[in-house]
Amino acid sequence: MSLDKESLLRAYRQMKTIREFEDRANAEIMNGQIPGFTHLYAGQEANAVGVCEHLSGRDSIVSTHRGHGHCIARGADVIGMMKELFGCADGLCKGKGGSMHVADLDKGILGANGIVAGGPPISVGAALASKIRGSGEVAVSFSGDGSVNQGTCFEAMNLAVVLKVPAVFVIENNYYSEHTSISYAVGTDDLKARTEAFGFPVFVADGSDFFAVYEAAGKAVEHARSGNGPAGVFCEMGRYYGHFVGDPQGYRAPGEVKALRQDSCCLKNFRASMEEMGDLNSAELDAIDDEVMALIEESVVAAKSAPRPTPADVATDVYVNYQA
Amino acid sequence: MPVKTMREALTEAIHQEMERDETVFCIGEDVAGCNGSAGKVGSVGGVFGVTTGVYDAFGPLRCIDTPISESAIVGAAAGAALSGMRPVAEIMFADFIGVCMDQIFNQMGKFRYMFGGKNVCPAVIRFATGAGFSAAAQHSQTMYQVMTAFPGLKIVVPSNAYDAKGLLIQAIRDDDPVLFFEPKALYQEACEVPDEPYAIRFGEASMPREGDDVTVVAFGQMVGKAAAAIDSLEAEGITCDLIDPRTTSPLDAETILESVEATGRLVVVDESPPRCGLTADIAGLAADRAFHSLKAPIKQVCAPHCPVPFSPELEAEYIPSPEKIVAAIRATLA
Repeated sequence: MSLDKESLLRAYRQMKTIREFEDRANAEIMNGQIPGFTHLYAGQEANAVGVCEHLSGRDSIVSTHRGHGHCIARGADVIGMMKELFGCADGLCKGKGGSMHVADLDKGILGANGIVAGGPPISVGAALASKIRGSGEVAVSFSGDGSVNQGTCFEAMNLAVVLKVPAVFVIENNYYSEHTSISYAVGTDDLKARTEAFGFPVFVADGSDFFAVYEAAGKAVEHARSGNGPAGVFCEMGRYYGHFVGDPQGYRAPGEVKALRQDSCCLKNFRASMEEMGDLNSAELDAIDDEVMALIEESVVAAKSAPRPTPADVATDVYVNYQA
Repeated sequence: MPVKTMREALTEAIHQEMERDETVFCIGEDVAGCNGSAGKVGSVGGVFGVTTGVYDAFGPLRCIDTPISESAIVGAAAGAALSGMRPVAEIMFADFIGVCMDQIFNQMGKFRYMFGGKNVCPAVIRFATGAGFSAAAQHSQTMYQVMTAFPGLKIVVPSNAYDAKGLLIQAIRDDDPVLFFEPKALYQEACEVPDEPYAIRFGEASMPREGDDVTVVAFGQMVGKAAAAIDSLEAEGITCDLIDPRTTSPLDAETILESVEATGRLVVVDESPPRCGLTADIAGLAADRAFHSLKAPIKQVCAPHCPVPFSPELEAEYIPSPEKIVAAIRATLA
């Protein structure tokens, strides 16, 4: 696996952007600036970026309630996203969707999703469209360890095999479905084998290591894009925040999050790899950090001064050509 | 009398019924919480805290955490209810009905009829319902108006802590499947709630305001807003009956019709979208059976025909306000 300098810089920038976006979103929620229920992705950045770095053109993703990272990794406009979280009239979804429903169709982002395992069937449809058109795109669904116990997830995986469509099921195991451990909620000790029993290969990666995810996702995307039907990617990496912002996290062991932040940080791991491989120097990465911080600050400033929706907007956009 | 929040009243009802009847058990996502984790099992008590303490009091066989599998949760409750148990299942947000709809309306709701009246199915499925938290389009819907359409299901929507306790106790004791919708905006609202168990019969409306000029029928979260609207008109000498049906199926049609016959004016308020909903249902009832008593057109106050929006400004426009209810009351008097 070789990545040129430009790709390495872009991958680091994407991961750093997600981290800073989430940390700032958390701060703004605590300040009372962002309404609603928000689920943060910090810690898991390498999953989204490691997968999305293989996507281009009209390749699509479907995301989850914890969707900011996937959307940024696939190229969503960061300022438009921050505005959406703030509920602005010119947010990415005009303030109608919010954190759980960020979408950017032009970028192949078919939506975050408020329903656990709501996404995998949709990605099968996107993959089917690609197969019918013969256009070569792959469709990726991100979902969590909680989603693997939903009928919709099983149905989507089986249908993708039956129809032999270029779908990639990325399962991100962050160890908890809400407040319950995967060791309780998933009945098998071998989720990879259970998933492969549907009839497609699953590639496993350490979700704190961009290069591991990039390699695993590369195999899965290549498998799907080559007309072999669906493939899976399993990433393991804990989330730095709770299930939602404000979650007291009584299910965590003392020191668990601290240890994750110290020992399983994709940004630190990336920097360490660069030091070892000598592809990028720390000054180049520091410069990206500064640019990302400036972008996130700009996004919040823009969101705080952006126009707000008006009551007349409430029932628009329900249909293409009909307003009740 | 002690003052309790709706959350506390619901928790008390569950504890008291589980104490009284050993066939009652709780099942759902995180109704205990922390299973398999480093945390203390039972320390969550449901995402909204309604099953607080149930695991500690009754143990793992009667407070059962599940994977995120709504169809299996409802089906398991329905099957256990067919097999002699009284499950109280939690599906968290009412919007998640979308995931488990078949088990609710095609299975559980039809058993008794399809099986020729030979069985009972005493399952309770609890949901948090309604808007008000910028939780957006998939975590804010009411859904009770949709579910009211299905024969075989009983539908409960409490508007205060006192009713919530008595209605949940009745739901658990009831031999039919009951969908119990808890307005999440009201979990922290408190009123006087007796410590001892009591049941409120289904199909009996309450009347939190009595007046002469207009009948106002409101559901769930809208009852408080309608009361605020009515109280604001009192200084002008306008008085209204406020009817809270408490259960939409069965529906206390008699109380509504008696009031409409007395006032001759009807305003119906619900926070769901307007089409095929409760306001149209009640308006149809009055038009059919009290038409000649009506002195003015019936007014419906509901959400617009759109999904629940995220942005606070849009959500405020979406949820019927006391001001909109006042305007509707005035319109019937114009």
